[in-house]
Formats: sequence, C-alpha cells, structure tokens
Amino acid sequence: MADESDGSFESGAEELDELLIFGNPETRRKFLKRMAATSAGLAITPTLLGPPAVEASERVIARATTSGTAGSVNVHFKINGKDYTLEVDPRVTLLDALRERLHLTGSKKGCDHGQCGACTVLVNGRRINSCLSLAVTHEGDEITTIEGLARGDELHPVQTAFIEHDGFQCGYCTPGQICSTVALLQENHANSDAEIREWMSGNICRCGAYPNILAAIKDAKDKVRA
Amino acid sequence: MNPFSYSRVNDADQALAELSGKPEGKFLGGGTNLVDLMKMGVETPTQLIDINRVPLAQIEELPGGKGVRIGAVARNSDVAEHDLIKTRYPVLSEALLAGASPQLRNMATVGGNLLQRTRCYYFYDPAFPQCNKRNPGSGCGALDGFNRIHAILGQSEQCIATHPSDMCVAMAALEAVVRVRGPKGEREIKFEDFHRLPGNTPERDANLAADELIVAVDLPGTPFAERSHYLKVRDRASYAFALISVAAALDLDSSKKIKAVRLALGGVAHKPWRAYKAEKELVGKNADEKTFRAAAEAELAAAKGYKHNSFKIELAKRAIVRALTNVTAIA
Repeated sequence: MADESDGSFESGAEELDELLIFGNPETRRKFLKRMAATSAGLAITPTLLGPPAVEASERVIARATTSGTAGSVNVHFKINGKDYTLEVDPRVTLLDALRERLHLTGSKKGCDHGQCGACTVLVNGRRINSCLSLAVTHEGDEITTIEGLARGDELHPVQTAFIEHDGFQCGYCTPGQICSTVALLQENHANSDAEIREWMSGNICRCGAYPNILAAIKDAKDKVRA
Repeated sequence: MNPFSYSRVNDADQALAELSGKPEGKFLGGGTNLVDLMKMGVETPTQLIDINRVPLAQIEELPGGKGVRIGAVARNSDVAEHDLIKTRYPVLSEALLAGASPQLRNMATVGGNLLQRTRCYYFYDPAFPQCNKRNPGSGCGALDGFNRIHAILGQSEQCIATHPSDMCVAMAALEAVVRVRGPKGEREIKFEDFHRLPGNTPERDANLAADELIVAVDLPGTPFAERSHYLKVRDRASYAFALISVAAALDLDSSKKIKAVRLALGGVAHKPWRAYKAEKELVGKNADEKTFRAAAEAELAAAKGYKHNSFKIELAKRAIVRALTNVTAIA
C-alpha cells in the first residue's frame, strides 16, 4: 500500500497505518494526506478505507441507530482516558460500539466468535475479546484500545518493537497482538519463548508472522522493564 | 442476533427476582459461550440478566479445613492463578489454564463454565437440520456424520455430544459440590449429579432448574489433591478443545502403593466422566505402568467408537497411563 516511488519507507508508523495498526488518528490523517497526493492513492484509498472517519472526540454522545428492538440502554464508560455515553441496543458488542459508533476502528473484527483475538482490548487493565462482550455490560469500565497506547507521537514500546521486528505481514491481527502483548507483560507471562507462545495463543496470525511477533515481544519485555 | 431486553442486578436475590416469570430469560456472566451461541442463533433468550456485578467472585477458605469456596462469577483466570487453588488443587489450576485463551479466561466465569454447551458441530450450527439437543426429535447429525470429536462413553442413540469444559473434569475428580439458589432457598448438588448423560433428553445438559442460579462451587478439603495433575490431548499445542483429557489425584503410601485415587476424563462423554472403574482397579496396587494400563483397560472396556472417533479409545487409555505416571512422579 505504501507508495514506493515516495521512497520513504522509514520506521515511522504512517506508512504502515492503513489498517490503523498503530491506532493514532493523527498518524492516520497524515497517511491519508500522503496517499491522496499520489495517483495510486487516489484510486485505492476510498475502497480500502470506506467512509471518512469521524473523530471519537467529536462524538462523545452518539445516538442509537437501531430501532424496533427490545429497547436501548445507556452505558457510560471511559475509553482511552475519555468519558463516553452511548445509547445502544443491548445486542451491540463492545467491538461494534468501538468501531461503528465511536469510529475507533483500530480494534479489528476477525472471526467475531472469540477465536482469533483481532478484537483484543484492555478492560480495567485486563485483555478480553471485545467481540464476545456486550457493550452494555461495560458500565463504568475503563477501556484501552490500540488507539490509546501511544502518548501523542511517541509510540508505546510494544508498538515500536513490532515495527522494529517486522512483527506482521498484512497487519490485520496486529492491534490485537499488541494489546494482548501489553497485558501479557503486565501479567508477567513472558518469561520464556514457550511461555510467550502459550500465553499469546489467543491471537492468531494467518500470515504466520509468529517468529517476528515472538522477537518483538521479547524485545518489548526488555524495554518495558528497562 | 435476536432482540432481547437487558437488565443488570447487584445481588443474587435481585437476580432471582428478575428472572422470575421469564422462562425465556437467561443469566449473563462472561458471555464467552452464550453471546457466541446467540450470534449463531442457537440460543435465543428474550431477556439477559447481567450478573457480573453480583458479589460472588470470592475464592476463600471454608472454616474447619472444609476446603475452598469459589464464587460463581469468579473469572477462570483468577481461579487458576489463586494461591489456594495452585497449592491445594493444582489439577484445577492446570485444567483452567489448559482451556481457551487468556482473553477468554479473563471473561469466563465459573458458573458459566459449568453451563458451557457442547461444541458438537451439529448443535452449534442451526444450518444442520438434525440435532436432538437443539431441536428435540430432529435426530442426531453426528451419529452418521463427522464425529471425530464425539463421545465414546455414556452416549445414547439420541446424542453423542461431549461436554467441552476442562475445569469441570478437574472438579469432577475433586468431588466438588455445586451450590445453587432458587426461589425456595439454597441447595447443594454433588458434582457427579450436576451434569447429565444424554439418554432420551439430550436437550438437558444439567440438573439445574430453570429458576435457579449457581452461586458457588465448593472444593472439599482433600489433602492428597496437592498431588494432582491435568493432562490434555488436543489437535494443536494450545487453544483447542480436548480430544481426551485426564484429571488425576493420587495418594501413595511410603512403599508407593496407591491408598486413594481420583480420576476423571474429558472429551469422552456428555458429562465430565468420573472413572470409578479405573479407580477401583488402582486402589491397593503398586503405582506402576502395568497397574495404570489395567485400570485404563477396565474403564474403557465399555467404550464404543464411531466412524471417525474410534482412535479416542486407545488414546484415552494411553492418556490415563501418562497422567497417572506424571502424578506419581510429583514429589
């Protein structure tokens, strides 16, 4: 997706961020601008990225979009440090609320059945599959998504490690892999290759980037500790 | 997903009151199985009662050496990593950690795990017309279908599904007690009486009334359970359901004779399978491979395989021998 004629495939996140792997909307905007400046980008961008994203901050209160169901419920939670109130149909999963209502599309829908881990987010510091969790059950919870890991332009050490070790190919599983890794390190379950593999088994990578993911996690562990 | 209404309750009495008069209502714990089945259209509750805030997440010692009580909404990961469980009931900790993924274990509750439904393909996908569990009287698609993961013990012509839980296999070996509360108060259900064999009513997984709530699981004080172990055999190294699993606890005397043993199997039946026949064979004998193999033969003598799962009979025997060998080696 990155324009090779541009010749700037440096380690910055913007060239890699068409799937919001690194989650920062600012980075995404820069990326879009760049893509729009190239002829290939003009042709490809709309189909790949869909309708323009609306900043979550501009949509603190979003209205229910489904009607004729058994009623909607208000839920208040904190996502990436910001308070939100949503009126949702109880059927809406946390993943769909994040993606479709709050336009935080970093968390990915892979299998939608809790089998692949692409939707992994942190709830009150613990990793969960947001695709199997109903949004209404998260009243008062503090949720961290891939978009909430970086501090401004400074990537989280786990994000940096994934870039440095090329811990992905297509990138679709990467937000889940990274969120899962952040929790893994907090849980202290990254003390050997075997332990990392076992405790990351809830995140499937169909490109098979596992050796590089493992290397990234080991590196991130050293850096987070340092 | 079918529409449903949602309510959140703060204690067990509220939960029961909320469920009262709603036969199509269900309690929602971690949702890792129920929400999935609702997406599939297998479960269609009209009301979900969220019990995640009910203060039943305790893991605590019962007075007088009576064991440990685990609250129904304690998360699988918290139980697995709790010191009381790791030191006194390692088989339970190992079983929990052998199940699902870290993310799912952070969500899944103990009560929900008890009520997990089978992963039989014919049950899980309503596109298959035949499933006596999902649609009583429609037949069993697995009987002559793809039945590699299915039961070899205790099954009926109506249903050859297996119970998918790892946790429950350990609890069966530990002779846990399920505490449930209903409109008339609390009662205890022995673990072996909690889950059912399919017989002619495969639609019923457990002996829990529609108006009852699981509040806790009690693990009796069993000192020799400190020498216990869970062995799981599956198609990949992690994050897969068991083809065969074995929960074993062993009490040996100083000459390595077996004083007492607890053995349960997963992946073989409609419920966690307590291996009474094998246990009977083992008591009083030397803890060696010959004894273990004879016990395994006794337990599996009644096993019946189908087109794709007959390999499980020999696999179960070998898994029993391996698990008992591993437990014997624990100092």
